[in-house]
Amino acid sequence: MAELLRQAWAVARKDLVLELRTRTALVSAVVFTALVLTLFNFGRDPTAVPTLDLAPTVLWVTFTFAAMLTLNRAFQLELENQALEGLLVSPLSRTSLYWGKLIANLAFVAVVEAVGLPLFVLFFNVSVSRVLLPLVGVIALATLGFVAVGTLFSALVIRTRFAELLLLVILLPFLLPPLIGAVQVTARLLAGRPLSESVGYLKLLAAYDIVFVSLASFLFRFTVDE
Amino acid sequence: MLSIEGLRHVYGPVVALDNVSFMLAPGQTLAIFGPNGAGKTTLVKVLAGLIRPQRGTVRVDGGRRAIGWIGHESHLYDHLTVRENLLFWASLYGVPAAAREARAAGVAERLGLADRVERPVWSLSRGLAQRAAIARALIHDPRVLLLDEPFTGLDLAAAAELRVLLGELRGAGRTLVLATHNVDEGVELATHVAFQRRGRIVHFAPRGGRDAAQVADAYRRAMSDG
Repeated sequence: MAELLRQAWAVARKDLVLELRTRTALVSAVVFTALVLTLFNFGRDPTAVPTLDLAPTVLWVTFTFAAMLTLNRAFQLELENQALEGLLVSPLSRTSLYWGKLIANLAFVAVVEAVGLPLFVLFFNVSVSRVLLPLVGVIALATLGFVAVGTLFSALVIRTRFAELLLLVILLPFLLPPLIGAVQVTARLLAGRPLSESVGYLKLLAAYDIVFVSLASFLFRFTVDE
Repeated sequence: MLSIEGLRHVYGPVVALDNVSFMLAPGQTLAIFGPNGAGKTTLVKVLAGLIRPQRGTVRVDGGRRAIGWIGHESHLYDHLTVRENLLFWASLYGVPAAAREARAAGVAERLGLADRVERPVWSLSRGLAQRAAIARALIHDPRVLLLDEPFTGLDLAAAAELRVLLGELRGAGRTLVLATHNVDEGVELATHVAFQRRGRIVHFAPRGGRDAAQVADAYRRAMSDG
């Protein structure tokens, strides 16, 4: 287990260093988040739809599509000089490779969300100070689930043509459960309702995380081996 | 020791490997010659564990950790320095953390890259990148080295240096498998030569006292038969 985690960290660290050097995915995702939130802010009619009805959906749709930009990049960088082949020949376990990519992707999406959340608060004028901790918890819970699935699928499509489009098409149906849960819990939190009202959705998010992190860790080897 | 038995692998109607078997002891070097499409790269990838053959077995003493592989691509990350690349691959191959820096400096020195280790890979010429790729393959001091067209991109001096290095590795008891379409390359390194044609090994024998011209003559005859 220690070796598995050590190798996963080596992969994640390498991805983080590469992203810090190139800043391709992060900058794109952060700019995308800011643009989408700005568009929704100026493109909606606050007298027609109450802000609190619209805000949770806008937040999660923005996070989801911004995350896609970073997920796409996870295995694309391994196609550079066919580094992926080198990884597969090395003693690196497939589970370590998956977890390394998962850790790096979680870090990238967390940065995007850390930038997006204050912008969301600013544009939609919602108060999150009293529910900040539970809100961050829900964001973490939902993000783990959809990044786990997204990391698996980004490996699956990487050798195909139109990988970016394909990822979007096959991933979105799998994101429905965590998105529905996240939107529902966020809506209740922003409306000032107690967290206890959202226990069912929180269980759904936790179950989704456990099932899909386990399943993706197991299935990953079948997506990368020839 | 490296032994393979009854390897068969097909891509649709194309037979890439057809009942390929041989055994190599430590200190032996096999040069596999064959035209483009003969199945040399598939054979090397099967030996490296990158492709699972549809039939047959591959046995390498020491498993994956014992294998070094130089393929058509460098397997290096363009935006990491040579040193960072070497340290990353050393960590994947389980080189102890305390020994990684010294090991990276050692192979870089050996490959004539000592004054370029802090340069990102993207800034290296084709020849220097090939040297860095060879350094990457040697970072864990492999017992078995697989080389697929290793002289591609090297100038005459660098190719001569590589031959000297491979000769040293053979002398140190390493097993080498070298696949190339150019009979003039690497013949003097080989203790054994094999000719591959349409997936089959049509000739496998100790090189004996044969020089490059004699091996080339035998190769031409083997390729023109049937």
